Order: sequence, then structure tokens, then C-alpha cells
Amino acid sequence: MRQSNALGLFFLVAVTGLMLIMADAAYRRDRATDDLDRRGRLVAELGLTDLALFTEARYTRHLTQSDLHSALQDHPLALEHFPSGSLVPPPRGSLP
Amino acid sequence: MAFARRQQYLIDFTLSSLLRRKGRNLGLLLVYSLIVFMLSSVMLFTHALRKEAGIILRDAPQIVLQRIEVGRHALMPADYLEKIGRLRGVGEKKGRLWGYFYDPAVKANYTMMVADWRALAPTEVVLGAGIARTRGLGEGDYISFRSSRGEPRSFRVKGLLPAESELVSTDLVLMSEQAFRAIFGIAAGYYTDVTLSVRNPREIYKVAEKLSLALPDTRPILREEILRTYDNIFSWRQGIVFVLLAGAVLAFVIFAWDKASGLSAEEKREIGILKALGWETGDVLRMKYWEGAVVSLAAFFLGYLAAYLHVFYGSAGLFEPVLKGWAVLYPEFRLVPFLDGPQLATLFFFTVFPYMVATIIPIWRASITDPDAVMR
Repeated sequence: MRQSNALGLFFLVAVTGLMLIMADAAYRRDRATDDLDRRGRLVAELGLTDLALFTEARYTRHLTQSDLHSALQDHPLALEHFPSGSLVPPPRGSLP
Repeated sequence: MAFARRQQYLIDFTLSSLLRRKGRNLGLLLVYSLIVFMLSSVMLFTHALRKEAGIILRDAPQIVLQRIEVGRHALMPADYLEKIGRLRGVGEKKGRLWGYFYDPAVKANYTMMVADWRALAPTEVVLGAGIARTRGLGEGDYISFRSSRGEPRSFRVKGLLPAESELVSTDLVLMSEQAFRAIFGIAAGYYTDVTLSVRNPREIYKVAEKLSLALPDTRPILREEILRTYDNIFSWRQGIVFVLLAGAVLAFVIFAWDKASGLSAEEKREIGILKALGWETGDVLRMKYWEGAVVSLAAFFLGYLAAYLHVFYGSAGLFEPVLKGWAVLYPEFRLVPFLDGPQLATLFFFTVFPYMVATIIPIWRASITDPDAVMR
């Protein structure tokens, strides 16, 4: 096989792969509708406000409910010391 | 037809030329694909998470009202509910009881919450899937918590929250109001905060303003603010992930620029020979254009496809240690693949084009010089 044909085949496979992941994403989104509804219902029933992504500290567990500047509240020169605090910037509204 | 054949010959020649320096070019392809993989993974992960947060939290309370005392969140007396009820526009209102509980057995923080509608007995709890996994508990097992007075209280696990809702419930412990008050020593007539709905959604800001005036020691948090917070937080331009990635991307830019702009003596000689053999400047440029296109497009496809598999089939496993931090409880979740067309286009533009441009310019410079001078 000529090298250019092999390359053409490689890109054909790659583009097909890209189209396949688009189709897979659409299919999985359709299938996930019920799951998303169930999660939404739990949020409504319990009145939940946050994702349980960072459970290490109260102000990272409930980002939207934490006191303003809570990361720095323990003493005047306290520095943020939880790793997720460096991943997640404070909500814009609470910045000076 | 002649044009296509010409391009095909050029591509054949380009591939042979690339394969002559196999190790170096495969190394470049690997590093390039890794950079695209990392960037795409961050973009796919944060976009999917942001979309999912937006959909799930659409059902969050319209307004959460917190009481603030000496700058901190404090308990809300029940008579505030009555005061809130007197404000026009306020619909349903409800005092919530929730709090954090540190479990020294596994060094994890739980979120304890009262769920009236579950009709739990004072000795029953419903656990989030993360807690059940960490403590190795199932339905019918027993778990005990130390109350604020130091007494251990034992609870029967009545059920587990569904695994598909782990993203919002992995660390939840649902219990009855009586059990919650007993554990935390909260007297009757006090709540953690209040959630309320507004009859006309267009009046939310007005109602929030009235709340702040009528109850000056409170802080209203609107659903819109909750949604905006999550929208901002997972913006891929923010946070340390981007800072770290920016370093990696810059290193790659320097690497690619160095590789592309500093032509090796061998490459210069090759151009000289081609020109001496009768190749035109345009042909040399076209050949090098194909070289850049082949490498960057291959890296883009490989990196993006691998990133999709990593994020949506591998649960973004590489990010887990970073996101987990010091937390013991981390939700096991599979994100719904929300893909974003403009995001894909941006990624394509910023990863494929700069490399192609960086390759073309030095080649053009070398190919317009005299073949004899280049070969010497």
C-alpha cells in the first residue's frame, strides 16, 4: 500500500472515530435523561444546593452556602490550606 | 486530477521524509498528542460538569436564607419563618436542618440532613453511596454517631441513596428531625437555614431585597447565584489546572517552535538538494505544509479521542487525585457527555494552526535562498 493511502486510511478511521464519539455522546445523553431527572428530583426533595465533589471542608462541600471569605476566617493570617481551595476559585460575588 | 496526483506524490515524499527521522517525529507526535489530550480532557470534563450542575441544580431552592451572627452562619429561630411569611410574594417556606459531622473512624466529613418526607424512625438513617462504600455498610446494618454530649447513638441503615445520584448525595446521611436534634443538641424552634419559594419568579430580586431589609442579620442566596457559581467555577480558564496546563502548553510551544524554526542542517541540505533537483519554492512549501498538517492533525485526533475515552468511559480517573484533595469521600460518577461544538473548534484552532504556521515560516526562509548556499 502506498504511504499516502495508508495515511488517508488513518485519517478516515480518525474522522469515523470522531463521528462515533459524537453519536455515542448523543446516545448517552438520551439515555441519561431519566438519571438526570432522578438527580434533579432528589435535589428538589432535599433542597440540595451543591455538588458533593469536594467533601474535605465545609466551605468546599457547600461552595454556594459558605460564609464569605470563610477560607480565611479561622484567624487573620490564615491561608487556604485545602487542596481543592486551589482548584476552585471563590465565587465572583465574594471577591473584593 | 493532476493536482490531486501531485499532492499525493508530495504526501508520499513527506511521509518518507518523516519516517527517515522516525524516533524524533514519533516523539513529537506523542508529546503533541499528550498536550491535546490534557487540554481536551480538562475542557470536556469541566464543560460536562458545568452542564450537569446547571441541569441538576435547576431544582435547587429559589432562595436559601441564612442567619449571620458575628460574621458566621448561625442557627435560625423559628419565629423568622413567621416574619418571612408576612412578606408579600413569598410562597412556600421551610426550615431546613442540616450540618456537618466528622467521623473519626474514617476521617471523613458527612453532611447530615433531616428528610421529613422519608418518614424515618428516630433510629433509622439513609446513607449516601460514598459513605456506605467507605464504611462497608449495606441495608440493615448499624452505624453509630457520637452526639454533641458524647453519647454514642446507634442507627439502623434503612436504605441507601441511589448510586446514580452520587454526584449530589455521596456524603449524605438522612435522618429524622428528632435524631438530628439529639445528635447536634439543637433545641426545638431552631433551624440551620430556611428555603423559600417566590410566587412570581420575576419578583425574586425584590423579595430578596425585602428579606434583607426586614431581617438585616440574614443573607439570602438565590438559585441564580448557585447556578452562576457553578458556571464560573468550572470555567476552564480558571483555577490552578489551567495555570499548570498553561505551563505545559508553553513548554510545548517552545519545543515546537524550536523544532520547527531551527531547521537542522540535514533538513536544510534536503531543501537544497530538492531545489537543485528542480523543485520549486512552492513545492517545498507544500511538502512542508503537509508535514505540519499530518503531525498536527494526527496529534489532534489521537489526543481528542483518547480524552473522550478518559473522561466519559474512564470517569476522568487522572483528575481524581487532584479533585479529591484530602477528602475521604469522593463520588463515583459517570458524566453525561455534553460536547460543545465551538469548544471543539477552539481547541482545533489553537492546537493545529500554530504548529502549521510555525513549520511553514522557516521553511519558506530556507527555500527562497540559493540551493548552493543552503547546501554548504
